[in-house]
Amino acid sequence: MKRFAFATVSTLAVVAGSSVVAEPQAEVLHWWTSGGEAKSVAVLQEEFASNGGTWTDMPVAGGGGDAAMTALRARVLSGNAPTAVQLKGPAIQEWYEEGVLADISNVAEAEGWADVLPASIAGHMMCEGTWCAAPVNVHRIDWIWANADVLAANDIEMPTTWDEFNAAAEKLQAAGVIPLAHGGQAWQDATVFEAVVMGIGGPEFYQKALVDLDPEALTSDTMVQVFDQMRTMRGYVDENFSGRDWNLATAMVMNGEAAFQIMGDWAKGEFLAAGKKPGEDFLCASTPGDGYLYNVDSFAMFEVEGDDNRAGQELLAKLIVAPNFQEVFNLNKGSIPARTDVALDAFDICAKISAEDMGTTSAGGSLLPSYAHGMALRGSQSGAITDVVTAHFNSDMSSADAVQQLADAVANSY
Amino acid sequence: MSEWLENHLPKVVLAPSFIAVLIFVYGFIGWTAWVSLTRSKLLPKYEIHGFIQYERLFDSPRWDTAINNLYIFGALFIVIAMVLGLLLAILLDQKIRVEGVIRTIYLYPMALSMIVTGTAWKWILNPGLGIESMVQGWGFPNFEFDWLVNPDYAIYTIVIAAIWQSSGFVMALFLAGLRSVDGEIIKAAQVDGIPTWRIYTAIIIPSMAPIFLSAFIVLAHLAIKSFDLVIALTGGGPGYATDLPATYMYAMAFSRGDIGQAASSAMIMMLVVFAIVVPYLYSELRAKND
Repeated sequence: MKRFAFATVSTLAVVAGSSVVAEPQAEVLHWWTSGGEAKSVAVLQEEFASNGGTWTDMPVAGGGGDAAMTALRARVLSGNAPTAVQLKGPAIQEWYEEGVLADISNVAEAEGWADVLPASIAGHMMCEGTWCAAPVNVHRIDWIWANADVLAANDIEMPTTWDEFNAAAEKLQAAGVIPLAHGGQAWQDATVFEAVVMGIGGPEFYQKALVDLDPEALTSDTMVQVFDQMRTMRGYVDENFSGRDWNLATAMVMNGEAAFQIMGDWAKGEFLAAGKKPGEDFLCASTPGDGYLYNVDSFAMFEVEGDDNRAGQELLAKLIVAPNFQEVFNLNKGSIPARTDVALDAFDICAKISAEDMGTTSAGGSLLPSYAHGMALRGSQSGAITDVVTAHFNSDMSSADAVQQLADAVANSY
Repeated sequence: MSEWLENHLPKVVLAPSFIAVLIFVYGFIGWTAWVSLTRSKLLPKYEIHGFIQYERLFDSPRWDTAINNLYIFGALFIVIAMVLGLLLAILLDQKIRVEGVIRTIYLYPMALSMIVTGTAWKWILNPGLGIESMVQGWGFPNFEFDWLVNPDYAIYTIVIAAIWQSSGFVMALFLAGLRSVDGEIIKAAQVDGIPTWRIYTAIIIPSMAPIFLSAFIVLAHLAIKSFDLVIALTGGGPGYATDLPATYMYAMAFSRGDIGQAASSAMIMMLVVFAIVVPYLYSELRAKND
């Protein structure tokens, strides 16, 4: 009897083992916990479940991802990394160098990612020639948002050069409107700064200065002009801007207190949530100058053990880049799909402009990573630059001093 | 057996906490010291690279600002909180009515967390919401009080909030000290016709020296490890004008993935604490041995 039972159990075990070949499992670490973001993640969760997978959610809120990164560090050091982690830009490569990322090239090749992703964005997803991350969306950073009524009342067009912007700002100031809604937090200062670098120096200069960190570009006259423009723009901000959150600045544009805001396309979500219509109530345009600065959210795949985990990882990667999720997620989040072959019918006018510009700039080589949002540089380098930018913007430091400090800070950051 | 236990019970009971302190305090101090000598970025590495992180630290203008702010904040906070606390304690010591109620009112800010203090003062000091706009609303349109958003003065707003929070606590310390002074001496002095202010400056305050030292140590370590107040009140801004060493360390360790930098700044902070605490311990121990 005993022997019979043993035999049955072992047969059952064998049968069970072979029929349910590795049910896909995935533990996903992310910090998309606020309203619209949480909804976007839920879309992925549902798709994953309907494909037979088991999703273990590991949301870590706080500090714009700082808390999640601390959790990740602890998990990796204890040898128990999550399956997929919301990571972006050079951080992916940094983790790869620690030797903890997985290779998902077989999924990427089967799905033909290389054909549907813009080349420079695909570059971020690869670690020494193998695919190690899956892109979720593309946020454009160099947007300028405007209140349509305020512009019409003061007879102002959307500016296409920084001189036009300055002229418009003077006019608005004379009319008693705050020209630029801005929040004095270091990352917001950096967001404006990189748009000005791109606008005044052009894409090539941006690449040299803020991606390659070429000391000559950092100390050039062009950079002095950039800081001059920052100083000019400091005059267009209301005196109460210190520490203001970006969405409060967006609200100032919305209710006509201020005319412009320079901010990534998550600002659009604020306008839409308040029932404003793009093109009618508020206007969107790229900041003066050529080029396109992107911030691509992605999931990096960590080395995991067990067939079920690996199956989950591959399924997750496949679903993330699949057209359906790219469309639904980005409609919720306000960004645009990373893949270029998704139909944009359901998207608004700003998203369409963004997608079109992404195509043309990608072909022209001016589709560039945002430094302020951690796409172009590693944390210590981008942090060193931001320190100088925010110190200059919030004091009476001269442009020449700022340029010198910038070069020193970058040299000191390695 | 029972005799052995009787002899060794104190040691057995103390051993776990002793071991825990050894590992989690001194062990980790050693670990941080080690990491501060490496080129650790995202994850700790253990290959020694000399004093590179300290060189980077002292080359960084942001660290200069943080250290200067610590001097300004520390000196003003400790001195003003002690003077104010002593003054309040002396006034409360005049055998006034409802002393208990007043004492509680002054002590109450201590019950708030620094985050709450910081947020409340952020609103009070905000030029568009708080004092400035209120006074302007009363009909003084030229009144200006923009310290919170002025990089040259923002550090003083942190001093104000910290003093508001802590001076009641210092008052309680001093009040206890005042009450412990021998009443007979004071009565004798009063009989001799010595004016009250002389009694305080010549008799009571000098006899409270140990209380001054305790208050100083408590306030000094509060100042050095200040973090939450800065985060809530100014977020380190405008720019990084109100950075303190603790916020610098946090930014390096958790936002920038620069653990080596964070470790070296932590070591400097620890040395500053040592510079204050070691003379204190030394004097305490010497006093005991005498």
